[in-house]
Amino acid sequence: MEKRVTFKGIWLPLLLVLPQILITAVFFFYPAGQAIYQSLFIPDPFGLSMQWVGLGNFEYLLSDRYYRASFLTTAIFSILVTVVSMGVALYLAVLADRLIKGSGTYRTLLIWPYAVAPAVAGVLWLFMFNTRVGVVTWYLGLLGYDWNHVLNEGEAMGLVVVASAWGRISYNFLFFLAGLQAIPKSVIEAAAIDGARFWTRFRTIVWPLLSPTTFFLLVVNIIYAFFETFGVIHTITSGGPQQATTILVYKVYSDGFVGQDLGSSAAQSVILLAIVSVLTVVQFKYIERRVHY
Amino acid sequence: MATVTLKNLKKSFGPTDVIHGIDMDIADGEFVVIVGPSGCGKSTLLRMVAGLETVTSGEVQIDGRVVNNEEPMDRDIAMVFQNYALYPHMSVFDNMAYGLKIAKVPKPEIADRVATAAKLLQLEPYLQRKPRELSGGQRQRVAMGRAIVRKPAVFLFDEPLSNLDAKLRVQMRLEIKQLQRELGVTSLYVTHDQVEAMTLADRMIVMNAGVADQIGAPLDVYANPATEFVAGFIGSPPTNFIDAALIGGGGGGGGRIGIRPEHVRLTDQGQLEAVVGYAEALGAETLIHLRAKDGGQITVRQDAGQPIPHEGQTCALDWDTAQVMRFDANGMRQ
Repeated sequence: MEKRVTFKGIWLPLLLVLPQILITAVFFFYPAGQAIYQSLFIPDPFGLSMQWVGLGNFEYLLSDRYYRASFLTTAIFSILVTVVSMGVALYLAVLADRLIKGSGTYRTLLIWPYAVAPAVAGVLWLFMFNTRVGVVTWYLGLLGYDWNHVLNEGEAMGLVVVASAWGRISYNFLFFLAGLQAIPKSVIEAAAIDGARFWTRFRTIVWPLLSPTTFFLLVVNIIYAFFETFGVIHTITSGGPQQATTILVYKVYSDGFVGQDLGSSAAQSVILLAIVSVLTVVQFKYIERRVHY
Repeated sequence: MATVTLKNLKKSFGPTDVIHGIDMDIADGEFVVIVGPSGCGKSTLLRMVAGLETVTSGEVQIDGRVVNNEEPMDRDIAMVFQNYALYPHMSVFDNMAYGLKIAKVPKPEIADRVATAAKLLQLEPYLQRKPRELSGGQRQRVAMGRAIVRKPAVFLFDEPLSNLDAKLRVQMRLEIKQLQRELGVTSLYVTHDQVEAMTLADRMIVMNAGVADQIGAPLDVYANPATEFVAGFIGSPPTNFIDAALIGGGGGGGGRIGIRPEHVRLTDQGQLEAVVGYAEALGAETLIHLRAKDGGQITVRQDAGQPIPHEGQTCALDWDTAQVMRFDANGMRQ
């Protein structure tokens, strides 16, 4: 039996997909095309002329040690954000899954941070860790620790990781909780009767059955850390100190809009585009092959 | 092997009392079936024995030891669930071996025990398959195998056959009975199907709204129901209930009499008149449904050879007084 809806003519289906195609064309294909086009030129500082350089921008980037350093920074940053946000979320989800009373309230409260825009979250964390008036900085001072993320590269990285991971915990929590609740209760009970205590059950039953959710979140969180954390970094560190928190997407902005090197910036965008394409392909391939128990 | 003892066992969920005090001694190797309609608390009772529900008051004893506060894994029991509860990501072999691996049984012995169980349950060709690649009946067998390999003191079955089709259910029912006979393990079996209860049980507990209405051997319960509920629940088609006032001399006080369909005869002159509704010819027997004067439904079971009355015909019904069960207004046997 044909499960898909079939249309007789061509015009109605075309009309139905047109809005989506228009939006994609205006906000994705056009800018992406522009980026690819511009990545092959070097414009003069006033934007009056452009000089064809072929793949020159890319050649320069790949030999640029600051660009390569930014790759490493991005890798460290996204791994930390993903591990922290998924780890905390899984922990909270396991606790919430065991909760019988008040789980609705608990869940609602945990979802709130997701509604906070990354830039706002960045400002919130910046206030708390402000080197002069921050509450946390003051308490750390009482403990004898001199917090200064403006000068200390490690502290700067730590702060942007925490601020980026914070809002993300809510999102991951929801998926993990849904994943946990999709595991039949009787399977867990059967394992309990079979002699498995909490940790053994988690390791041998829950974790394997949760793996589709975990993999999905892994890809989604890496993409988030790569691209959507711009606001957090811009508000807290602006990529500093000494480019210690300049991740790839921030470098696109700082080289292009601050440094006015539009050709290089466009080339960086194209490289990012390639990375996100690969990640998306991985994700789709996986979802198609996803095991349904 | 073990005995199971329930002492004034009660369960409440918040302010709601679900089980109102059950007392029972289950002998070593006995097959006891807990039967009742949905919501009567039979599964809750089983889950309390398993340790999956806390005991509100009273005692659960396994082999003379109070296990109220013991974890399920420490009670030496195995359970077969309604939805089988197999581990979906493990092969049949690993499903059965899981409990043994946790108990740190040596590998050769695990392989040995699983092989024995697989042979017993005719699962040998499927040991490397995943549960999703098996049919319902095979999954049911794997669930049984998982229980068997651990050699527990008590088997608990929670409606294990209700997800199977009718034919397979009858076949698995037989297999469970044979298996239990062979292994001689004390078993508690929950079902809502009174036929399963009748065929499997050494003794059965008929539960009604959290109370054990009657405990006894199947045929005793069938022949001598203690309450109107038991008389109506055990037996298919169910017992006919007739207002005592309608046939006169019922003792008054709103009581009813119960008479089983096979004990009612259609005659020319009897104790009650009724109008024939419709007849169901089942081959070996015929069920005739009639309506009494007060609107009460009466079913008569007769052998296939006997004449079937026409729809709308008025018939007289007769029965032996010895077969009549009298119940008072509270549904208790008089």
